[in-house]
This record gives sequence, structure tokens and C-alpha cells, in this order.
Amino acid sequence: MLNPRPLAALVSVLVSLVLGTAAIAADLGSLVANLTTGGFGDRETAITALAASGEARAAPILEALSAGRLYVRSADKLVVIGKTAGNQLALTDAITGQPAGTAAEDALERVRVNNRLRGLIDDAVGSLTLMSPDPKVRRSAGDSLFKQRNPAALAAVEHALAAEKDAGIKRVFAEARASMMLASDEAPKAQKLEAIQVVRDRGDRDSLGILETVASASQDADIKAAATTAAASLRQTLSVWEAAQNVWYGISLGSVLLLAAIGLAITFGTMGVINMAHGEMVMLGAYTTFVVQQTIRAYAPDLFEVSIVIALPLAFLVSGAIGVLIERTVIRFLYGRPLDTLLATWGLSLGLQQAVRTIFGPTNREVAAPSWMSGSFLVGQIDVTYGRLWIVVFALLVFATLILLLRKTPLGLYMRAVTQNRPMASAMGIRTPRVDALTFGLGSGIAGLAGVALSQIDNVSPNLGQGYIIDSFMVVVFGGVGNLFGTLVGATTLGIVNKFLEPYAGAVLGKILVLVFIILFIQRRPRGLFALKGRSVE
Amino acid sequence: MKLGSIVRTGLVAAGLLASAATGAFAQDKEPIKVGILHSLSGTMAISETTLKDVMLMLIDEQNKKGGLLGRKLEAVVVDPASNWPLFAEKARELLQKDKVAAVFGCWTSVSRKSVLPVFEELNGILFYPVQYEGEESSRNVFYTGAAPNQQAIPAVDYLMNNEKVQRWVLAGTDYVYPRTTNKILEAYLKSKGVKQEDIMINYTPFGHSDWQSIVADIKKFGSAGKKTAVVSTINGDANVPFYKELGNQGIKAKDIPVVAFSVGEEELAGVDTKPLVGHLAAWNYFESVKNPANEKFIKDWQTFTKNPKRVTNDPMEAHYIGFNMWVEAVKKAGTTDPDKVIDAMIGISVPNLTGGYAAMMPNHHITKPVLIGEIQGNGQFDVVWQTSGLVVGDEWSDYLPDSKDLISDWRQPMNCGNFNVATGKCGGKGK
Repeated sequence: MLNPRPLAALVSVLVSLVLGTAAIAADLGSLVANLTTGGFGDRETAITALAASGEARAAPILEALSAGRLYVRSADKLVVIGKTAGNQLALTDAITGQPAGTAAEDALERVRVNNRLRGLIDDAVGSLTLMSPDPKVRRSAGDSLFKQRNPAALAAVEHALAAEKDAGIKRVFAEARASMMLASDEAPKAQKLEAIQVVRDRGDRDSLGILETVASASQDADIKAAATTAAASLRQTLSVWEAAQNVWYGISLGSVLLLAAIGLAITFGTMGVINMAHGEMVMLGAYTTFVVQQTIRAYAPDLFEVSIVIALPLAFLVSGAIGVLIERTVIRFLYGRPLDTLLATWGLSLGLQQAVRTIFGPTNREVAAPSWMSGSFLVGQIDVTYGRLWIVVFALLVFATLILLLRKTPLGLYMRAVTQNRPMASAMGIRTPRVDALTFGLGSGIAGLAGVALSQIDNVSPNLGQGYIIDSFMVVVFGGVGNLFGTLVGATTLGIVNKFLEPYAGAVLGKILVLVFIILFIQRRPRGLFALKGRSVE
Repeated sequence: MKLGSIVRTGLVAAGLLASAATGAFAQDKEPIKVGILHSLSGTMAISETTLKDVMLMLIDEQNKKGGLLGRKLEAVVVDPASNWPLFAEKARELLQKDKVAAVFGCWTSVSRKSVLPVFEELNGILFYPVQYEGEESSRNVFYTGAAPNQQAIPAVDYLMNNEKVQRWVLAGTDYVYPRTTNKILEAYLKSKGVKQEDIMINYTPFGHSDWQSIVADIKKFGSAGKKTAVVSTINGDANVPFYKELGNQGIKAKDIPVVAFSVGEEELAGVDTKPLVGHLAAWNYFESVKNPANEKFIKDWQTFTKNPKRVTNDPMEAHYIGFNMWVEAVKKAGTTDPDKVIDAMIGISVPNLTGGYAAMMPNHHITKPVLIGEIQGNGQFDVVWQTSGLVVGDEWSDYLPDSKDLISDWRQPMNCGNFNVATGKCGGKGK
């Protein structure tokens, strides 16, 4: 990942020609040894000294230190870089770069770093990596220099800027140079004014921060005025982006609500069963994901990236099967008695929670995110995280599949027939008890799918489902009982309203306001957004 | 409830078997009962079940050493099910029906407030093992967790001095502990010259799971060009989604460090900590502290739970200290009579797990070292800073106008939990 400064490499080659490798190693040795002794204060001095030494090995050693991979072997006090290889660590001699065998973590003493040192190393390595062959590394080096606003690195950036071919990265370097100029006392006025424009064009939060600092701190009236105007216009642009960001967050929250509620829209919406154990079906889906991941970790680590995908059908089956079981053993005896159903399913939900607590323990279980679901990218000034994006896509897919299933398959036809007119459907030869069980199983299975998605953003704990049950009922009632499109629109609306309220009212008050809004809305329209019309309502 | 009684019967049975097997205890002496009041179901089960287990382990070890005063110890476990009024009922049951000599229990402040009147009325002894907001001192309660000056204030000092933080986000769950702690911290920061516009306070409901806008807000607040840090009193389940969102939105510890007061090894067990390396936590104990006593404790714990990956945490150490203190006090008093034990407790000093000693002070709080740890990729903490000596728990904060004149001293002749030094009378504000 790292390319040492060519100049430094050249120098070290020349020096080594003159002095012989042994002398170099000894010198580097003492620099590295300083890294491993003393407190954090001493280490700070040692890092600066090593970075300034121009040694070719400095960059990899510092990177390893920053990543917590620099160790001292307890047996012979050799400073090594460790890399995980199975249960052991594969070691490289830090000074020579030669392999040094393997060792267990216990046999090594890690060289500790703290945030301050990591920052220091980044500064040091940042200017070293400006010339890296990897465009990503160069870009992130430029970005971090932009944020640091440290005029000391100006020369390095200008050097890199001159050598850069890629237009995008060139711009990042120019922005970094601009931020440094604005922070420097010596830069001429004309260049500073130009820099303000460059920073303004970058147009993110950090740019605004820089412009605001310049606007308040600058002594020069022209620069002050230019920065103030630029900051004001940038603030305006950013407020538009902020609104767009709230919409995205709202959609993302809405997709989570949709996933949690869509199963309920079937069991509660079309069958009329108040299923308080719905949240636990979600929880079971999440635990299935955990079990799948554990199994894959143990037996087929290569499949880890797709473990979530493998978990999907299994979660559907597990939750669906338990749903069918509940319907056959409890709920079918309670049709038409909503209060009894409510209490019975409430009891079931507590029972399921305690069962999971007994089997898996009360503590959270870790479900790791595959790499394609981690991290984020920028759309304009909106930070879109991959995990959330996939959940939105997944929610829509589940929704579309469900609609198709209900509209285009025989099972869907039976379901609609039974919920619309049970005696007539029965008279036509549909086995209504079987359809009831399957419908309930479908609703529960979809809750299981939701659990797979939620395992990526929430705790996998026995209480997972509890947090979603109220919201799910809210969405279904708000959207209109018995109407899947109502659930979709309801979930998205509630998500967006929530996200617009949150910044102004705070999360707690925001939630209360949404609840009040729904109560008032239900007063006006008791059947929700999209009421079913016609005879089927009765 | 039902589970509690099943567990209890099971334990009694196990205890009988054990005593029959060893035969070391005199038959005519009744066992000393020790109450364990931790939620085994409901929201708090995630944290409190561990404390129940650690108590069972400590009692078991004490019995192997020959019990106490020649009598065997017997654990009485009840399950208050994360239900605050039920805590009071169960406490009453333990004290009146089971006649336990001492109770180890509670996690949330609200559960402690709920049982407090019961312990005062029935003159019981409660050991409370969790870091809390202070502003309380009862004759019947021994606070073995940290008071704000043993956790929050040193953590803020660390960030201010070592990471040169100038802008502060105080984020917490919406209940008494975060609100009081943040009130103290806000007053403290202002006393250090931090301006109002450099402090952002944010509360979220219990179990909050959608952190997108709040994390984005923190990012926005942190882009003003001044070094920013988040002081998190976010509690329980909400932490995992919070840290996941931080990782996803790319907030690195070197840009905006988050220091947490309620996140320990146990809470991190559910998170991939690689994106979180460098975020901080302030506690009085970390599992990673290298020390023979700690290594033995970890080994015993993993053997006891039959899980070689089981982690230890700060409230567990608090119970370890509290239990050992109680054992010493009973030995010193020669009886389990509450009044005598309460008097004997003050001044008791036992080793803690970080290589020092914990002493019970007259205000029923203990001395502790304060450690700041950074999260590592393996879910453990590296200690990056610690107080040079032990810090005495200060129950009434000096930074709140209501409590700055109050002190607590349960020795004779003062024998008062809220003595007002300004008026010279016992009974200022609060209990």
C-alpha cells in the first residue's frame, strides 16, 4: 500500500553503498527501539524522529504501529510486524523486512498507540503517501491533508500536484493546497482569495468550517469579505443538501419500518390476527443469520461474504415454520376473539424471548457485515451508507415479490378469497384452515427476512423484536389495515416525517410528535391512509 | 417470576448437594443467605445476568474456602424482570421472607431508587455495583461503582489535556443517569471556559436504533474546525447501532473520538470493533489490565461459565470488591447483624483487580483508580491513561449548585447522608 518517498529510497541506497547495510540497520534499529520504550510522550518524539529520518522502512513501520501491528517479541526483544495467519501471527522483522517466523499473540508485546499518536503518524505518513501508485491512497492522503490545514506540508502537496496526472486527484490536491494557504500567514493575498474560491467549490461541511474560520479570524478586510460571502452561499447550498439528506434518511428508516411491518400487514392486515409475537419472528430471523454466520465461519469461511444471502431463505423457513406452528397450536382456536389472541401472542412473545435468552444467552451476538454492506459513498453532499442502501433495495424487492405472490399465484388467490369471504371460499372447496396456516406462515416468514436485514443495523439480542412491534402496528394502522400499498406509503411517510422532526425536536420529542400525529390522523380517518372499500370491509 | 423460583429451587438443591458432598459444614448452623437482585429477563437481562453469575461464582468460592463465620453461604436469586416496581417487591421478599444478610443488586438508577425506601425501612444492606450519577448517599447502601468524579470528569480532563478537545457533544439516553451526568459535565466544562455554542446536548430514547441523523449532526457539529469529541452516556442496547452507524459513516476516532461511560467489554461483544479502534471508554477496571489477581479472576470466571471467551467488565469487579468487603466486615463484626456490619464496613480495605486497594469511605463510596481505555480490534480496551493514585468517590457533586455544600459521613457522631456544611445541619436537599 505504501510507496516510500523515492528520494528517501535513493538517499538510503546511496548511504547504504557508502556505509554498508549493517550501519544503516543499526541506526534504524535505535530509532525503532526508541519507538518501543518509554511512555506515550517519548513515543511521540520517536515517531517524529523516525518519520524525519527518511529511511525507506519508516513508512511501513509507522503504518504497522498505527494499525497496532507492531510487536516486540518477548523472547529476544526483536521488533516485528505481525500479520494474522490463522491462530498465529506471521512475523516480519521490522528493521530488515525479512520474515521472522510465526508466534502466538501471547509471546509478543504489542507496542501501544493512542489517538494522538495515530493522528501524528497519519500526518507523517500522509505526506509520504502523496506519491503512492494507488490512486485511492493518493486521494485519501489529499483529503486528510485538506482537513488538517497544516501549512507545513505545502511544499509536499505542490510537488505532488505538479506530478499528478489524474484530474480528480489533482483537484483534491489543489483543494488541500488551498486549505493550507488559508491557514498560512505568509501566503500572498491574491492566492488566498483564489484559495477561498477553490474551497468554496469543494462545497462540503469541512469547506464551510474552513471558510467560517477565515471569515472570523482573518485580519484582511478583502479576504474577510470574500470568505464571508463564500461561506454564506455555501451554507445555502448545504441546507438544500441537508433537506435531501433528511429525505434519504427518511426513506431508509421507512424501509426498515416497511420490512418490520409488511409481515404484520399480512397477519394483522388481511387475517385480522393481533400478533404480539410478530417482533419475535423478526428476532428469530436475526438469530438465524447469526447461526448461519457462525456455521459458515467454522466450516466454509470462503462463503462468508454471501452468508447474509444464504441466511435469507433459512430465516424465512425458520420464522415461517414457527409461525405455522403457532397458528396451528394457538391462534386457530382464538379466531374472532381479538383480546384472547392479543394476550396469548403476548405470552408467546415473552416465552420465545426467554427461550432465545436461555439458548443463546442474554448478551448481544455479533453478526458481521459483509464488505459489500460496509462503508459509504457520497452522492453530492449526502453520505449514503451501503448497508442502508441495500436494506432499501431489499425492502422494495420483498414488497414487490409479495405483491406478485398475492396477485399472480394460486396461493395468493386463495388467501385473498379466504380473507374476503371465508364461508364462500370454503364452499368453493378451498381448505381454509390450510390457507390460514400458510398465510400466517408467510407473514411470519417475511418477518424472518426482516430479521436478516435488521441484524445488520441493530442488536442481535432477545429484545430485538420488542423495539419494532409498536412501530409495525403504527405503520399498518396508519397505512390502512388490509392494504399492502398503504403499508408502503405509511412506512415511507412515517420515516420521512420522523427524520424531518428529529433535528428540530430531538429524537424523544420527535417520536412523541409522530405518535400524536397518528392519533389525530386516525381520528380523522379511522381506516388509515388507504381504506379498503366495499363489502370486504365488513 | 416463575423462572426466579425455578432458579432458586435449583440453587437450593445444588447447595444441598454440595454441602452433602463436602460435609464440611456443621449441620446445626444455618447458612447465611445472600440475596441477588438482578434482572434475568427483560431489557436489562443483557447486562445483569452476568452479575448474577459472578455473584454465584464468588459465593461458591467463599464456600470452598470454608464459608463465613463457620457457616455456609447460600445464594437466593430472584428475578425482578427489568420491572422497576418489581425490584421493590423482590427486595422486600428477600429481606422479610428470606431474611438475607445482604443484597447485591440493581443496575439502573431507577431500580436503585425503587428499592431504596425498602432497604431503609427494613434496615437491609444493598451493594450497588454500577457507575452512577451520584447525588445520593444512604446508610443502607454501599456504592461500589463509580461516582461522576471517578469516571466522567477524569475522562473529560483526559480529552481536554491529551487530545486538545475544544467542542463537546454530550449524547445520552433519556433518563436520570445521563441527564444528571450531563448537567454535571456541562457545569464542569463551563467552569473550564468552554462556551455554550461549543456544547451540543442530545438525548435519545431507550433502545434507539436509527442513528443516521444524529451521527450526521455530530459530523456537522465536528466540522467547525475545532477538535470535537463525543461524551456518550448512551446506555444499553442503543450502543450497538450507534457504533455501527459511526463506523459506516466513517467517523474515525482520530477525527471525532467518542468516550463512553456505559460501554464495556460485554457491550462490545455484539460489535465488530475494527472500525471503532481508538474510541474510548472510561472505567475503573478493564479486562486487559495485566495483573495476577485479574488473571486469576478471568480464569476462574471462564471456568465457572464454561466459556473460554467470556469477558469480564467493570461492574463485575465492583461486585468482587463489594463481596470481599462484606465478607471482611462480617468477620470484623463477628455477626451478620445489619447495624454492626454497616458500622464495620467503613474503613475496610480489600485488593481490587487492577493492582491496588479499594477502601470503603465514610460516605459509603469506595476509592478507585480511573482508567481511560481505547477500543482495540479484538473487542478489548488498551489502557492509555490512568490516574496516578486512587480517587475517592464524591457523592454530592461540587459542580451542581444544589449539592455543592453537601457532604455525607455515616460515622458517629455525624451519621448523616446529606450534611449541609453551609448551614451546619443534617438534611439539605435530597436524601
